[in-house]
Amino acid sequence: MSTKRLLGLFAVGAATFAVVAIAGLVLSTMGTFLLNGVPHLSWQFLSEAPRNNNTEGGIFPAIYGTTLLVLVMSILGVPIGTITAIYLNEYTRAGTVFPRVIRFAVNTLAGVPSIVFGLFGLGFFVQFVGGGMDKLLGNNEAIWSKPALLWAAATLAALTLPVVIVSVEEALKTVPREMRESSLALGATRWQTIWKIVLPNSTTGILTGAILAIGRSAGEVAPILFTGVVYSLPELPNGISSQFMHLGYHLFVLSTQSPDVDKTLPLQYATTLVLLLLTFTLNFAATFIRSRLRSKQIR
Amino acid sequence: MGKKTLETKIQATDLSVYYGAKQALHRISLDLYEQEVTAFIGPSGCGKSTFLRSINRMNDLVPTARITGQLNIDGVNIYDGSVDVVELRKRVGMVFQKSTPFPKSIYENIAFGPRLNGITDRKELDRIVEESLIHSALFDEVKDRLDASAMGLSGGQQQRLCIARAIAVNPSILLMDEPCSALDPISTAKIEELILELKKQYTIVIVTHNMQQAARVSEYTAFFYMGHLVEYGKTRKIFTNPSKKETEDYVTGRFG
Repeated sequence: MSTKRLLGLFAVGAATFAVVAIAGLVLSTMGTFLLNGVPHLSWQFLSEAPRNNNTEGGIFPAIYGTTLLVLVMSILGVPIGTITAIYLNEYTRAGTVFPRVIRFAVNTLAGVPSIVFGLFGLGFFVQFVGGGMDKLLGNNEAIWSKPALLWAAATLAALTLPVVIVSVEEALKTVPREMRESSLALGATRWQTIWKIVLPNSTTGILTGAILAIGRSAGEVAPILFTGVVYSLPELPNGISSQFMHLGYHLFVLSTQSPDVDKTLPLQYATTLVLLLLTFTLNFAATFIRSRLRSKQIR
Repeated sequence: MGKKTLETKIQATDLSVYYGAKQALHRISLDLYEQEVTAFIGPSGCGKSTFLRSINRMNDLVPTARITGQLNIDGVNIYDGSVDVVELRKRVGMVFQKSTPFPKSIYENIAFGPRLNGITDRKELDRIVEESLIHSALFDEVKDRLDASAMGLSGGQQQRLCIARAIAVNPSILLMDEPCSALDPISTAKIEELILELKKQYTIVIVTHNMQQAARVSEYTAFFYMGHLVEYGKTRKIFTNPSKKETEDYVTGRFG
């Protein structure tokens, strides 16, 4: 009896410690960046381009580049992930070989280090696809076969594909069998049932996938290293074939490539803060849209 | 009731259904008549739902299902290779045990089927929705809130909505798989009343666990047991003077 109570006390103690430790870690991290970053935040910092070898000025091109990158990635990755999930969940029979191979590939993809994705992106998207496009279009100079926002976004989309597939599949599984059968019994084809009944009931899951993908990818630097990001860019990218600046990479540049690292310390804190806030904002926006859709759905 | 001559609507010949290695139905042969209500009774797992679901080929959805024998509707074998399953299901409506309104408005639930058939004209859709609701005895209760979500209806209303949704595509057969098993007695009475009204237009097959219900709504009754059709005939005869011992035991509640 007393050992039981002792064990109980121990469990409660351990849980409390875990909560405090996690909360403390989050608060101290956020606190550090808030304390050191906020004083340097200003409209100028947010709206201007970096100057003087990245030691002065703002980070607007990096904010712009990061946002655009994440959006293009979502546009590329979410539909492909959704289609894959639909195929796996609706069109293949559980337990057969082919979907198992695909699932194995997806799980493997999730475990690949992100720098490998960067190299893959360079080899496949930039050189193979981009090179092929230039050849096909008869471009004399390299327009597509060089690092670009599009290829960086495509690489990130490949990186986040497993996350999207898994969350969409979970959503598809929650649509009751009876609802599908009712639709089929009314003379709907399988595709009509998916399009009109299953997918509208899975929008929240699809958005969850997008949210997780954004959260996963907004801070990733390795995959975009070879595929589109640049050190410094005076003007904004003017299309998806342009190169771009990125908050995560900018942070890396500030802290390791700068002539005077100590001088850029406030910039580093502020940039980190902006990166975190941007990720939170994108997450929050998607969560907001999701909850709106959800309340609309049930009414 | 001064009934016209009986026309065979659905005719099963030696119909067997297998799920994997398990045989769920054993060479069933029976004729179901046009514009009559036929009840399928029997203990759980006896094959009555399997038979019902082979009339609109819902068993096709089960990957391991295999079917042998013939099932004719209006003289055409629906398991013939040339039959379009989607077209078949438009002619054979189905109402499920669990009411399954789509999470859309009442109007859109009923318009779902007609829209699949390519009807886009708003006036035409309005007419179909109204008629279907009237025929399913739901119109007076919902006419002021057609744009409200169907999820807000009561269980009985939802089930009548499902019936309205099924008849909106203008089928000639209605299959009902224990349509009242989740409903209270008042809602059940309404559905039963509705079934008697609907049989003027549709051939109705109803699976039920409720003996009284079978006796109240059906003209013919088929008793299934362990995948076999034990007895089939006029409901009155099945319930008052069955020719098989098993049937008598079941309808009098001695087993099952």
